[in-house]
Amino acid sequence: MQQQQEKWDWTTGQRKIGDFPAWQDRFSYMEEPYVSGDGEKIAAIVKTEDETFTACVNGTLWESQYDNLWHLCFTPDQRALALVSDMAMWTVAVDGTAWENWYEFVWKPCFAKNAPHITVAAQKELRYRALTNDVPWENEFFALTHLTVSPDGKTAAAVVQDTKLPEADIEKFQESGFTVAINGKPWNNHYVNIWELAFSANGIHLAAELRTSLYDYTIAVDDQAWKKRYAGVWAPRFHPLDHSVTAPVRMAGGWGLAKDDEILWDPKYVQLWHHMYSPDGSRIAAITAPEYGKWTITVNDRPWKIRFTELVTDAVFSPAGDRVGCVGKTEGQWYVAIDDQIWGTGQDMAWQPVFSPDSTHVAAKVEKNGQFAILLNGRPIDMTFADAWQPAFSPDSRKLLIRAILPQNQGGHYCRIVLDVDSVALSERRPGNA
Amino acid sequence: MNQNNQKDTANNKNGIYDVGIDKGASRLTPEKIRKVFDALVETEGGARLRAYTNACVHCGLCSDACHHFLSKDNDPRLSPAGKVKQTISRILNKKAKLDVDFVKQACETVFTECNLCRRCVIYCPFGIDVAYLMLFVRRGCHQLGVVPQYIQDTAHSHASTFNQMWVRDDEWIDTLQWQEEEARDEIPDLRIPIDKKGADIFYSLIGPEPKFRAQLIYQMAVIFHMAGADWTLPSAPGWDNSDMCMFTGDMEMTARLKKIHFEAAMDLKAKRIVMGECGHAFRSVYDVGNRTLGWKMPPLPMVHAIEFYAEIFREKRIEILEKFDRPVTLHDPCNIVRGRGLGDEARYVINETCSTFIELEPNREHNFCCGAGGGVINCGPPFKNKRVESNRVKADQLAAARDKGAEVLIAPCHNCHGGLEDVIHHYELGLELKFLGDIIYECMKKE
Amino acid sequence: MHELYKLASGIFVWIAILGFAAGMIGRLAHLALTARKKDPVVYQYFSLYYALRSMLHWIIPFASTGMRAHPVITIAAFVFHICLIVTPLFAAAHVILVMESWNVAWWHLPDPAADVMTVLVILGCLFFLIRRIAQEHVRYLSTAGDFVLIALVAAPFVTGFWTYHQWYGYETAGILHMLSGELMLLCLPFTRLFHMALWPFTRGYAGSEFGSLRHARDW
Ligand code: HEM
Ligand code: HEM
Ligand code: SF4
Ligand code: SF4
Ligand code: SF4
Repeated sequence: MQQQQEKWDWTTGQRKIGDFPAWQDRFSYMEEPYVSGDGEKIAAIVKTEDETFTACVNGTLWESQYDNLWHLCFTPDQRALALVSDMAMWTVAVDGTAWENWYEFVWKPCFAKNAPHITVAAQKELRYRALTNDVPWENEFFALTHLTVSPDGKTAAAVVQDTKLPEADIEKFQESGFTVAINGKPWNNHYVNIWELAFSANGIHLAAELRTSLYDYTIAVDDQAWKKRYAGVWAPRFHPLDHSVTAPVRMAGGWGLAKDDEILWDPKYVQLWHHMYSPDGSRIAAITAPEYGKWTITVNDRPWKIRFTELVTDAVFSPAGDRVGCVGKTEGQWYVAIDDQIWGTGQDMAWQPVFSPDSTHVAAKVEKNGQFAILLNGRPIDMTFADAWQPAFSPDSRKLLIRAILPQNQGGHYCRIVLDVDSVALSERRPGNA
Repeated sequence: MNQNNQKDTANNKNGIYDVGIDKGASRLTPEKIRKVFDALVETEGGARLRAYTNACVHCGLCSDACHHFLSKDNDPRLSPAGKVKQTISRILNKKAKLDVDFVKQACETVFTECNLCRRCVIYCPFGIDVAYLMLFVRRGCHQLGVVPQYIQDTAHSHASTFNQMWVRDDEWIDTLQWQEEEARDEIPDLRIPIDKKGADIFYSLIGPEPKFRAQLIYQMAVIFHMAGADWTLPSAPGWDNSDMCMFTGDMEMTARLKKIHFEAAMDLKAKRIVMGECGHAFRSVYDVGNRTLGWKMPPLPMVHAIEFYAEIFREKRIEILEKFDRPVTLHDPCNIVRGRGLGDEARYVINETCSTFIELEPNREHNFCCGAGGGVINCGPPFKNKRVESNRVKADQLAAARDKGAEVLIAPCHNCHGGLEDVIHHYELGLELKFLGDIIYECMKKE
Repeated sequence: MHELYKLASGIFVWIAILGFAAGMIGRLAHLALTARKKDPVVYQYFSLYYALRSMLHWIIPFASTGMRAHPVITIAAFVFHICLIVTPLFAAAHVILVMESWNVAWWHLPDPAADVMTVLVILGCLFFLIRRIAQEHVRYLSTAGDFVLIALVAAPFVTGFWTYHQWYGYETAGILHMLSGELMLLCLPFTRLFHMALWPFTRGYAGSEFGSLRHARDW
């Protein structure tokens, strides 16, 4: 991706794309637009004159039209993807070209961050499987959930059921009905329930969050369950380098963090979840509630000083791993917080902050009174938008890409805006800014 | 005293066989039962358990608050404190023997003879929360593996699919698209927006809707459409806000269910969650589930359908062509009226949509439970007759309103619908049952 | 006899008062601590305003639906409890005793009033006793302890009344009065009579949850 981003157009300035305002008049029916990561494309699901559906990308319709079409999005390599149906059968269409395998239903397209591969879940005659790049798994199952792909996008795993459960048979159920299938090949062991799956960075190992009875929760790595049983667990994560596994675990009424079945952070938190590693694996951050109803970020078992009363979400490490950002909410107001500092006044909504590759800058999309703005290092950039997507920094951290729709009074165009980070016009510091 | 209790136990067993209870209990020994309950009391029995059980002066003032007691000819075992005496009091008495029969009986009592409706709380001079005590025992039953089959199966469904009805991920989306297609015959450009990021409203509902009552999704879509609401539903699990695990005592699963529900809304960056007409689900997202996770209040505003309807009428975003002209009455669902004080909002909406309204007596906070709540209806067919017989007072209450002219009974809660349908049928009351949404949809301007 | 009198009017008074005070404080503190440890939510949702709102509706006769539904019990309970608390605090004999011992004094009831109130308490005890036996659903809830409790409460009033009227054996009755009064005082924190101390908390918590969280009335 990094290499790809080098190739994006980083010339400073504002460029209109796709003559978006005209679409409203052109189509009797149009859904909300989606834009590509590089900002060069804008697309929406529209209805054609023949009462069929298709995607409009930068003003051009896909050649093929469908009875129905949903889940329009862009792949990491900037192709438009949608799930499409004809004659009650469904498949994936990429840049207007449908896959060859059609199913009674397909859903949940998954991509790796760095790869062009596409995996999707599919169902035919109540049998379930996944397909990667239009190649279906050899085995099919009675159920398939929690589809996940490896960081290189080539391997897919899912929680599956390989025996059919008779209706309302509670005994059979508790004898363990679920296993994990990797590229269609099931694990040997079965568990009562399995939930979130996580791949190691090299895509070789897989960890799963599960319970072995209605009461005993644990983690299994490559089909080997940990020895200890916990009162609860949340999703596991692999260390990016040494492939050890950590997971939040509940013991004695509190949440802590366990590493390879040993306690790493004492179970003293009222809540602890969504933990994540810095890229070099040296730091772990998690969303925690050190006290009931008080939320914050904890880094290496040390909670920040700030507390949000309602929630914390969208935590993220900077690429260098030295900074952490998140979104929090207190008394109905949303805030961006970076490194234990809250940014300015409350917003109606705030999105996950984005760090520059060198970690020196942070940008975040926010919404107030129905208008969208981009905050840069805590202060709003002097523009507002009718809609906006997540901002992105150039690989050299000097430029900021904003993908946004201008307000109606400025024409309502979709624009790709590149700003020079050092000379951005920022609004006046607002009172209370950090 | 103990001996007496044992006799009660034998007398009270209704001869109802339930795999979950009978087979579950047959695996136990008195030692194991004692151990599990003692451990539960030790780890989770806090100040509330102590205060409630110590404060109770055995005065029986709560007795006639309970529809089970009243409907079964004042059977003393069915009074709230009577159920406490048979279950938690014995558990707390370290000298009492807890045998297999005790567990079976206690399980039947706490799962099928109490709807956790909290009516008794507002009649007890001490405000003792008998529902809390019954739930405490249910949690012990869960830990012992003694839970009625049907509700346990529902809990399994929650754990495996994150919804109540074993609805598959694909089946859910397919249902939404099917309803969208149906609705487009009526309103061409209507949309059921799936995964629309940044929508104002995240709409969540309960498993039985896509499974059995997809029409309700259609109706709500029409209401949202006409009110000009910016709304969405998630394609992934998290759309089901219901929760039988909190009623089986599996609080770990409750936590998991509520986490995914709230996070589905947070991931879509919705500003608030509007939910369909369900009572127990409201309790689970507004009261129980968020607490289990450490959120003092729901992390996003939780708006019950009644509040949403009231909002769009107040803001005149929806127009009624002609008011519903048959006389209606209203069942105040415990979980949103005793649980959220929405009685006045419901009456406001009825006033905006119906021409004649007849009150049930008693009403609002004092209304009787439908008999289905607290997971009782989810214990399934084995307990159906017992449940309906245990709600004769509801039938009397409804009959009185019918005699005053009511023809339609509005119940803005799915669970209540299940319970009331059975009561209406069994006691041949001849009332028609509707949701508020049914009435709004029927009477509103749709173009 | 004299020995017993000395004990009852001396050391036992102290034991009763200290035991009562220590028991009350100790048990409430223990409860507060358990709540911190196992029920932290209790503190989160407790709201003084809604707690008081609820208590008010339950301390004013007939202010709650439940009280209106049971008028006889309501009247009996209020008369019983008011007399139960007021009489010993303001009985002339007690006030005088306290003044003689510690040289503090306060207003006292005219004797006939105290007399009537004492009878009301005894009648109240009888009422609750009969109700406990006669009403099937209350009988079902009753334990041996509940009957002992009524006796425990009745005893100081019966013996006090006896002593006051100087009936036969009133000297013994006087000693029994002191002993039973002390016993009752001592039992307050350690039996169901503790309901008196728990009431503000259970009622207050119900009021808080109903008021601030559920926006509903609990009366
Ligand atoms: C601590 C030890 C106590 C002592 C030394 C004590 C002493 C006395 C004495 C000397 C009298 C007056 C008798 C007379 O007028 O000849 C009396 C009356 C009375 N005492 Fe106590 N008392 C004690 C505790 C209590 C308690 C705990 C209660 C009730 C809860 C109680 C209730 C009464 C009542 C109701 C009367 C008045 C009876 C009437 O006027 O008809 N006493 N007490
Ligand atoms: C302010 C404090 C108190 C409150 C709020 C309170 C409240 C209550 C309530 C609500 C009842 C049940 C009412 C009923 O059956 O109608 C009751 C019963 C009773 N209370 Fe109290 N009480 C208090 C103080 C006391 C004290 C100080 C005593 C004794 C020393 C006492 C002795 C009793 C007895 C004996 C019963 C009878 C219960 C029965 O057998 O039915 N109470 N109390
Ligand atoms: S909660 Fe409802 S059903 Fe349960 S004992 Fe109380 S009044 Fe009866
Ligand atoms: S009304 Fe309250 S104190 Fe009286 S018996 Fe019922 S639960 Fe106990
Ligand atoms: S089903 Fe309805 S009436 Fe029954 S407890 Fe639930 S909300 Fe109450």
